[in-house]
Amino acid sequence: MPNVQPFAISVRSVSKRFGATTVLDEVSLDVAEGEFVTLLGPSGSGKTTLLNIIAGFTEPNLGSVHFGAEEVTQLPPHRRGIGIVFQNYALFPHMSVADNVAFPLKARRLPATEIGERVAWALSLVKLAGYSGRRIGELSGGQKQRVALARAIGFRPRLILMDEPLSALDKQLREHMQIEIRALHDRLGATTVYVTHDQREALTMSHRIAVLNQGRIAQLADPEEIYNYPADAFVADFIGEAALIPVERIDDHSVRLEGTVLSCGRPVPAAKDLLLVLRSEKLRLAAAGNKNAFPVTVRSRVFQGDSQLLMVEIGSGVPLTFRLSTHVDTDGQLPHPGQQAYLSLHPEHAFVVRTHSD
Amino acid sequence: MASEHSAGRQALLLLPGLLFIGLLLLLPLLWLLALSFYDNGLSLAHYARLIDDASYYKSFLLTFEIAGSVTVVAMLIGYPLCYWMLGLSPFWQRVAIICVLIPFWTSLLVRTYAWLVLLQRRGLVNSGLQSLGLIEEPLALMYNATGTSIGMTHILLPFLVLPLFANMQTIDRDLLKAAAALGGSPGFVFWRVFFPLSLPGLTAGALLVFVLSIGYYVTPQLLGGGSTVMIGQLIQRNIELFSSWGAASAVSMVLLLMVMAVFLLMSRYLSLDRVFGAR
Repeated sequence: MPNVQPFAISVRSVSKRFGATTVLDEVSLDVAEGEFVTLLGPSGSGKTTLLNIIAGFTEPNLGSVHFGAEEVTQLPPHRRGIGIVFQNYALFPHMSVADNVAFPLKARRLPATEIGERVAWALSLVKLAGYSGRRIGELSGGQKQRVALARAIGFRPRLILMDEPLSALDKQLREHMQIEIRALHDRLGATTVYVTHDQREALTMSHRIAVLNQGRIAQLADPEEIYNYPADAFVADFIGEAALIPVERIDDHSVRLEGTVLSCGRPVPAAKDLLLVLRSEKLRLAAAGNKNAFPVTVRSRVFQGDSQLLMVEIGSGVPLTFRLSTHVDTDGQLPHPGQQAYLSLHPEHAFVVRTHSD
Repeated sequence: MASEHSAGRQALLLLPGLLFIGLLLLLPLLWLLALSFYDNGLSLAHYARLIDDASYYKSFLLTFEIAGSVTVVAMLIGYPLCYWMLGLSPFWQRVAIICVLIPFWTSLLVRTYAWLVLLQRRGLVNSGLQSLGLIEEPLALMYNATGTSIGMTHILLPFLVLPLFANMQTIDRDLLKAAAALGGSPGFVFWRVFFPLSLPGLTAGALLVFVLSIGYYVTPQLLGGGSTVMIGQLIQRNIELFSSWGAASAVSMVLLLMVMAVFLLMSRYLSLDRVFGAR
């Protein structure tokens, strides 16, 4: 088949050990041309090692890495043609802003006029036109991150790698930059692999997210799928605020939660130990007899501005903490401590994972 | 009022240091300065002799030549050494540092005599080269500027290695990773990123070596023989042989001025407080 579009990046059964510890265990990942894929996981999950293997800083013990049709497993970093952004910016402190952005262009021996044009173009893309003569030490954290971005895109790489690029910025700036990086990606269309430990950042920016846990990809899917239908208890726990409550399997489409039968939209896995993934925003106050409603006893209630935090017990005393948005329409109906209430869960939201991923 | 009070206090805290420097450094220097202008009354005779007597000029020139070559050779040996040490594992890095430090802690005299043993006509170097058939006649390795330069380079090398290595260790490795990933070949990354960032350390080390070389005495005295007379030896001879404190003081003052000139010149191109780590 001659016309098959190869994946921009193809990681095939890559394993990496450092001494006795296995950091990556037979990881495979295909990234399509122009796709924005995030490697998400806690520290030690192997996400940075995987990025280092794609960049060429680390060689895998087993497996191979391909860019398009070319195998690059042994290729040194400077011949891989990637743009890269680091957490600590890694800007050259002895160069001006323009010289930093020009570095990859000079390394590629482009003619001086073209370098000048591309530097100006890249700086204007990150809204730093007019900063070209500044020294790195004079810039704020956000500006440094923009220079690092301009440096990574200036030579129009087909592939951009970002290693926690926003984690050194404060929350407000970080959220602003998330949107901006995503807009930049949509405009340039370069294949992007982004590493973060921040699940909201991953949800905001990615086409697909690879959740890593202990050197394996626990789940690879788009943000909605990952959030709504986590592959296992680890993903469910790591993404968003979820309570995981033990339930009993009845059949393919229903489980028993503390004596209440709940019907589930998605097939219930055939396993003995199952957990129901409960997220605050999926729960509704309901009345007895409503579909998929289960009784709870309210223990306490805390006003937190935009929401009320409720601590309740399900059935025979399984604790559950969740929040309900405050609104004048519903505030009056909120149950008080000591009262009984019913919570309902749409069958599509009644999602069950195995306790142990096998 | 309170701030004035505390300012007075701070000045008081400075007093011991000021006294120490004033009594033990500035006062003797002023005394030397006074001596250099005294020859049975106020006189410029000592300075006039520096200009008239060609041997002084020759000595100064020789001193700068030796100091310059020692500095250049120390840089050529020290820089690759530091770069190599940087790539070692922490254990071997410590071993290498100890290897640099042990000679540093060994007596100057012992090391100079060791070079005497190595470099003399029938010394280890000459007899080794002869038995290998590389040379017919023994090389004149000592009692000249060559011997002096070899000995001084060895003795002063740690002064270059220590600040340079300390500086290289502070260079962020992520910068080199970024430079490589962005398309820089190893040579390009070295010359555009690593070398410029190591320059403050190299300058600090080279400056130390150069300034120490200018005033060096023991090694040239033992390895240089009678023909290579550096400034330090000039000062000593004026006192020891001619009991002329005035002449010795005048030479010292000129030496001091030259060292200060070197520092001033360097500080025009580099901020010296940054070179010596007082950011």
